[in-house]
Amino acid sequence: MPMDQNEIVRLIKKKLPDADISIRDLAGDGDHYAATVVSEEFRGKSRVQQHQLVYEALEGNMGGALHALALQTSAPES
Amino acid sequence: MSDQKVHDWIGKKVAGDNVVLFMKGTRQFPQCGFSSQIVQILDYLGVEYSEVNVLDDLGIREGIKSYTNWPTIPQLYVKGEFVGGCDIIREMFQDGELQDLLTAKEISHNKQTLTA
Repeated sequence: MPMDQNEIVRLIKKKLPDADISIRDLAGDGDHYAATVVSEEFRGKSRVQQHQLVYEALEGNMGGALHALALQTSAPES
Repeated sequence: MSDQKVHDWIGKKVAGDNVVLFMKGTRQFPQCGFSSQIVQILDYLGVEYSEVNVLDDLGIREGIKSYTNWPTIPQLYVKGEFVGGCDIIREMFQDGELQDLLTAKEISHNKQTLTA
């Protein structure tokens, strides 16, 4: 079941309000996305912890409604 | 198997083997492009690893997600520690960080970096 791109952005913003998000629909089917998320919240966290924050933000949709989301996360360059 | 039993089983598995890949399919026949990418990276680095095909057991397929609070498969473990899924492993491999981690954990591998 596909998930709307704006809905993904909305959920991430809800959890990480400062996030700078760019998202691409890889296959044009609303089911395979690649997202780059930059947030101050990520600073000092491991990659696993950073991705876990994003997965938490997606409220259980990852692995369910959302089949594939390639993630790249980082803190803003200071 | 109950959740607790599955978690115990996973805990023993990742503690017993140096490098464990939970994947869809087998290393010869990966059933998913993301699993396949990690197999290719591990093979390229000549790392010895054991794989668990989550498609063989629904309990493990769901249990591995709650074990790490990580919603997707594949998942790679090194010396009992969850290192990442496909995106993280690929990024670490490209940056040479995965090779550094293997070296730090004293796991033998080819010290190759990716040449574009």
